[in-house]
Amino acid sequence: MIPALSVQGLKKTYATGVEALGGIDLRVEEGDFYALLGPNGAGKSTAIGIIASLVNKSAGRVAVFGHDLDSDWRAARRAIGIVPQEFNFNVFEPVEEILINQAGYYGIPRDKACQQAEKYLRELELWDKRRTQARDLSGGMKRRLMIARALVHEPRLLILDEPTAGVDLEIRHAMWEFLQCRNREGTTIILTTHYLEEAESLCRRIAVIHHGRIVEQGGMRELLAQTHGEYLVLNLSAELKLLPKLDGYHCELTDPHTLEVQIPTGAGLNPLFAALSAVGVEVLSMRNKHNRLEQVFLKLLRENHE
Amino acid sequence: MNKAVNPYLTGYRTILAKEVRRFMRIWPQTILPPAITTALYFVIFGKLIGSRIGPVAGFGYIDYIVPGLILMAVISHSYANVVSSFYSTKFQRHIEELLIAPLPSWIILAGYVSGGVARGLVVGLVVTMVSAAFVELSVFHWPLVISVVLLTSILFAMAGFINAVFARTFDDISIIPTFVLTPLIYLGGVFYSVEMLPPFWQGVSLFNPMLYMVNALRYGMLGVSDIESGSALVIILVFIGLLGAAALWLLHKGVGIKS
Repeated sequence: MIPALSVQGLKKTYATGVEALGGIDLRVEEGDFYALLGPNGAGKSTAIGIIASLVNKSAGRVAVFGHDLDSDWRAARRAIGIVPQEFNFNVFEPVEEILINQAGYYGIPRDKACQQAEKYLRELELWDKRRTQARDLSGGMKRRLMIARALVHEPRLLILDEPTAGVDLEIRHAMWEFLQCRNREGTTIILTTHYLEEAESLCRRIAVIHHGRIVEQGGMRELLAQTHGEYLVLNLSAELKLLPKLDGYHCELTDPHTLEVQIPTGAGLNPLFAALSAVGVEVLSMRNKHNRLEQVFLKLLRENHE
Repeated sequence: MNKAVNPYLTGYRTILAKEVRRFMRIWPQTILPPAITTALYFVIFGKLIGSRIGPVAGFGYIDYIVPGLILMAVISHSYANVVSSFYSTKFQRHIEELLIAPLPSWIILAGYVSGGVARGLVVGLVVTMVSAAFVELSVFHWPLVISVVLLTSILFAMAGFINAVFARTFDDISIIPTFVLTPLIYLGGVFYSVEMLPPFWQGVSLFNPMLYMVNALRYGMLGVSDIESGSALVIILVFIGLLGAAALWLLHKGVGIKS
């Protein structure tokens, strides 16, 4: 089956001599919801910039649904929708005009472009703002405008570079729902984000990029299975002066009312609570110390630290 | 039945329409000033000073300067439209909207240059209308008038595009117009015949491409010129070829717009 995105040996060295990408390989299947993760400066935005034709590559090959980005660039570009990290629309243009123009650049005649613009402005709840100049939109609206603009030519592959950065919780969840809906309807989605819970809840496959190299890629489930367990933070009803002895668990008393316990992978919670009851410890509430993906992510970064 | 529309043509029309809307939306900055400036030129150089200057090449001074004033407006506004619009597009980063789209470089160039030509022609028309309020306009050779105005506008729109590609700050888009374009226009025979200059400066003037364009239009309108009009058209076409090739190469390589 032809992948939605195939990247082979992609390298980028800037004129300053900085090597942003040291030869990465990626394969994203059609219909996938894919996370590209990495710390700041890892090379995520450079990789996306090359795929979007905004950055010149130094070496390598990129193909979108089998269309080579160099030799068959028209078909490749037509298949991609890009939501960049920074706002990059004309702030003096009305919202609707930004979408209609973008559709025009993709060769969509104006009457059809107007229909497409209306469809996506309504879906992203911006229709009421269609005559507003883009500079007068709120931050969340600007993010949604960029998503609407990326979709106006109905791309099969949507690439979002930190789409929810700086967006409030309510809008973020609405955007997650919208993206999941697009993905169910068949759009392949690649997402970069610093919110790892976002990647964990949305994406089925993942690649971690660090120092311009892919240090891990695979299914989200398989990756999360690499964790040696979860850390739970227990809020206790009574003060503890000594660390309780719980066989099979690694514990740490961070303060007299807070106990951190490591649960081995696959172990349920019932045995833990039975052990806690046995030593007379009553738990009022609990939470995860880290998100599971965060644990894997930090572990990978530590292992690949130069 | 739906008629299939060439996607490139749609892309070109979109860029052109956006450019025209842009300069029409800010008409007090783009269309009005040349009308006022031209009216002032006519009052000062035409009526007040011109009345004390004798005929030039058989024409009253005010009649003699009309072609140069029209072409000066066309040149400066064709250039200014593209340099400011394309630089703003780069500055605000919405050039990325074009770069990610399946548009070849020549369509992007054609769209911006056509936008510059559109403004050059609108301003040229406005200046012509203002001129008509002061002098009785005449046209000696219509095809020459149309081709000189159109080709000169294309040439300077392309020059503005290249300036915008290299510009890194707003200062960079005003340096060439201020220190290169304006002196060349003023020394290009807009207000005088080169025959009025000493022989040495007549020779130096021949290296000024504006001299050829101004005189070609003057010949088209009045039937008099310091320069042979055919050579003027050849020079304009050669420059269009050179600047067009350079602009396409810069766009293709992403100079100033891609990292």
